[in-house]
Amino acid sequence: MSTITEKLSKLFPEASIQDGDTPMMTVANGKWHETALALRNDESLLMDYLVTIVGMDWTENLGCIYYLMSSKYNTIIGVKVIAEGNRETPLVNSVADVWGVATLYEREVYDFFGIIFLGNPDMRRLFLSIDWVGYPLRKDYDANPEINPVSTESERQSDFTQQYSIDTDGKLVKKDVRVFEKEDFVVNIGPQHPATHGVLRFRTSVDGETIKKIDVYMGYIHRGVEKLCENLMYPQTLHFMDRLDYFSAHNYHHALCMLYEKAAGIEISRRAQVIRVMMDELSRIASHCLFIGTYCMDLGATTMLFYTLRVREQILDIMEKTCGARMTFNYDCIGGVMQDIAPDFQDDVKALLKVIPQNIKEYNEIFTGNVIARNRMEGVGVLSREDAISYAVTGPSGRASGWACDMRKLQPYSIYSELDFEEVLATEGDSMARFKCRLREIEESAKILEQLVDNIPEGEYCVKVPKMLKLPAGNWFQVTEGCRGAFGLYLESDGSTKPYRLKIAPPCLPQAAVVDHITRGQKIADLITIGGSMDYIVPDIDR
Amino acid sequence: MEVTTKSMPYEAWKNNDYIEKLVQELRDNGTNVVVGSLDKLINWGRSNSIWPLTFATSCCGIEFVSLGAARFDMARFGWEVARSSPRQADFMMVAGTIVHRMVPVFRRLYDQLAEPKYVIACGSCAISGGPFRNSYHVAKGIEGIVPVDVFVPGCPPRPEAMIYGIMQLSRKMKVERFFGGVNRQEKLQKFLEEHPVEGAED
Amino acid sequence: MQDFSFLTTWVDNSLRSIMPGWLSVTVECLLIGVGLLLVYALLALFYIYYERKLCAAFQCRLGPNRVGPWGLLQSFADMFKMLIKEIIRLNHIDRFLFALAPYLVIIASMLAFAVLPWGKGLQIIDFNIGIFFLIAVSSIGVLGILLAGWSSNNKFTLIGSLRSGAQMVSYELSIGLSVITMVCLAGTMSVEGIVNEQADLWFIFKGHVPALVAFVIYMIAGTAETNRGPFDLPEAESELTAGYHTEYSGMHFGFFYLAEYLNLFIVSGVASLLFLGGWMPLHIPGWEAFNHIMDFIPSVVWFIGKAILLSFVIIWFKWTYPRLRIDQLLALEWKYLLPINLVNLVLMVLIIVNNWHF
Repeated sequence: MSTITEKLSKLFPEASIQDGDTPMMTVANGKWHETALALRNDESLLMDYLVTIVGMDWTENLGCIYYLMSSKYNTIIGVKVIAEGNRETPLVNSVADVWGVATLYEREVYDFFGIIFLGNPDMRRLFLSIDWVGYPLRKDYDANPEINPVSTESERQSDFTQQYSIDTDGKLVKKDVRVFEKEDFVVNIGPQHPATHGVLRFRTSVDGETIKKIDVYMGYIHRGVEKLCENLMYPQTLHFMDRLDYFSAHNYHHALCMLYEKAAGIEISRRAQVIRVMMDELSRIASHCLFIGTYCMDLGATTMLFYTLRVREQILDIMEKTCGARMTFNYDCIGGVMQDIAPDFQDDVKALLKVIPQNIKEYNEIFTGNVIARNRMEGVGVLSREDAISYAVTGPSGRASGWACDMRKLQPYSIYSELDFEEVLATEGDSMARFKCRLREIEESAKILEQLVDNIPEGEYCVKVPKMLKLPAGNWFQVTEGCRGAFGLYLESDGSTKPYRLKIAPPCLPQAAVVDHITRGQKIADLITIGGSMDYIVPDIDR
Repeated sequence: MEVTTKSMPYEAWKNNDYIEKLVQELRDNGTNVVVGSLDKLINWGRSNSIWPLTFATSCCGIEFVSLGAARFDMARFGWEVARSSPRQADFMMVAGTIVHRMVPVFRRLYDQLAEPKYVIACGSCAISGGPFRNSYHVAKGIEGIVPVDVFVPGCPPRPEAMIYGIMQLSRKMKVERFFGGVNRQEKLQKFLEEHPVEGAED
Repeated sequence: MQDFSFLTTWVDNSLRSIMPGWLSVTVECLLIGVGLLLVYALLALFYIYYERKLCAAFQCRLGPNRVGPWGLLQSFADMFKMLIKEIIRLNHIDRFLFALAPYLVIIASMLAFAVLPWGKGLQIIDFNIGIFFLIAVSSIGVLGILLAGWSSNNKFTLIGSLRSGAQMVSYELSIGLSVITMVCLAGTMSVEGIVNEQADLWFIFKGHVPALVAFVIYMIAGTAETNRGPFDLPEAESELTAGYHTEYSGMHFGFFYLAEYLNLFIVSGVASLLFLGGWMPLHIPGWEAFNHIMDFIPSVVWFIGKAILLSFVIIWFKWTYPRLRIDQLLALEWKYLLPINLVNLVLMVLIIVNNWHF
């Protein structure tokens, strides 16, 4: 850790650097853009992956924390930028030209905190409607339902987006820019559409069957989890993790529990760790199975869905025996897991491991080798490695582009460093590669399960943790690998029983954002192929 | 009159008093014999052919997918013809949270359904807002937006519970009158008058 | 072989004995119309049930089994429901065309019924250009789909119907050419004539390789003509919600739904007429006893059985293959099927001229 701090202080002598959980550098807003460029391009740092932008309201001022990671050196740093100006118009310089995904992340911060990013090409609200009053994640937000009532009136649409800049007199200038050309034929795909996997909306301008541009609308399932967490005690915040990406319920739970345990300094037993990892990998298999099924269904091969759900049901049976639920398990808790595993857990897992290889063989026979399937997927939606990093497309989708971004390898947590498994990589970066990566990841997860199933150590499954958990003041950051990619969590505590700020950085948000970039010039049917192969979960995007 | 469906024994149903109330209402209004038997035929058809709209916002939607899969197989009851176009569906299973931004879209979907149409509120989010009730952006249940016929509690409800819920809907259809009777139509009209779509001109 | 013409001649004679000729013709037409409607409805309902059961079997499920014995009444329940569903009146559409479209689709498929060889002596009308008539009327259907998509004033339906237009116009060529290949072999365009030509051996065996190639191409193009998977682009569920009939509700949608299944039957029926002998039983030259036994099975059963068998194949690949993309779909037709078909036609003519067929 200290080497990176030294490097930073040498490069940016005027910035103050704290050495904490992750090194945190504070930069003045005026210097931020050039600092960002230096961080991104300096050979010894190469911070090319923007994990997330955490908007913050410290009541006296607003600001952002940028979490950056290097795809080469695997180092994570945080950069804190305090917004300039008053609370009405807080200003931060945009870094949308440095990292591709920043455009969207900055929109998110603008939506929640009202921080205006100067130079961002698309400064609209992201999740909330354009007529929404107030910025909900600010501490002084008025939650009175009469200000923002539930209305059946269709929300106001605007064909314009805003860009802000400072003119020579130091005045804030707002410029309206058209999203689509005037004569474009815009087809509205979603929010109720079978292929968007939930309530995502694409405004798509097409030329015949060819896509010219896509404008993604989110927020049709934005449930304000981050704000809700601020009013709940630590253990109460856990159950929301099940309902974000409901396929990675165990993984997300695991991540948040680890974050709290790290903050509270709780050591958990090895038994609990092994159980958690096994559950994570079981979820991964179930999730990828469902992906394969729904993806094939999107492409028109409905029958595959039923074959893949067969395996998923078997996994759900295992989970149900231990956790008591089919979907929202609420199994991991601070200090370990809720209950001990069911008596026949190990036998069930072994039975599952037996059927997985033959199922994968069947999937390959029915679908992967099919000439139509190959024509539909190969070379469609090619995402280069550079773009994958710039747009922060992690998980199997990123690995299909050749970016080794498996957090289980890069930032090993729990017992992953002791396990023998391969990071599945491909170089093509097309839909087929994304599909195959997931297929192979099922095999890798099965390998992990094989190593653990007979080696669950004895011991307690949950250590004693005070019911009213109080965390010391400070901030922590944790990245783990969900089923769909890097799942980041940022916690800021003020020393009470409730989180001051809990930021959730989901893997699916950038995956949905990149769709526009890689579908341009392709056919409408390819939008379905590409969207499906990205495998985003809409409640995970919207939170 | 013992109203049941799909050869479920009458005693197996949990809330028979509600259905009995409906039957009583029906009897009190009196009915014509010819119309009555035609009604029976049509209601047999309606209650056995309930096509869902593919509409899911979150977790419950995945359980709805499981409901279609081999383990639970809703095709047995003839519910597998999920239509993507609301014009062709019979009921909408509101599977998942409905948030502020979704409300107008959701209401429009309901208005686009062809009569006779039904709504099942599936899962605690659709019933009351569920775990997200206190959020700034979540509608506290869908009851104020569209008229709901059946509530299926759970977070998410198990597929068995969903089957039970749709069967209850099927039972409800059986005791309605398509001709002559106005019990449903009137209630629907009243609801729509009380909850108009804001800002709509026609 | 049971000849059903005694039935039709008896009805004709008895009618003519009690009423003037023009009236008896009118009554006969009415009778046939009613009979046709009945067969039409029953077949469609059966096909819906058939596909749902089959698809369930492919997907390791049970399929409808609660309504009536083995779920047999499921599609009847669906029909009753469909009949009473509201037909939504939309604003900002072309009402006349919107209402006309489903009828065009259904009329097209009904007209095709007229020339199908239902059984020996059971054909409704037999004239010397029967198969030509069939191709002609089956292309009316695309008009209905285009109208439906255009008049709905909806972008999805518009894209769906334009896709459908491109697809149907292209695949019509393949159908036409493979039909011509077989007409060459038969030497006649009359449906009755084609069936009788296959009395000793079905065309698929008689015509060697070209017949087989024509059969495969016909099945592919036929599937595309009926808008079924893997060629179901006009109504690609995951892309265009419900494609060209997105805005249709109630019985109007019901017409599209029925027509889809009836077209499936027609395509399989024509395939069985051209390649598998229509109502002609399976005859193998030399096996007299076997041929005799085959003759005992009524011709109607033969025809419908063959059609259902071929439909099974079409349903099978619908539930197995993913959907093609529009450019791939057109490339398949224009770059592969069409040239192969042309070569195939030449080959067939060579075979006929040199008398190389069986």
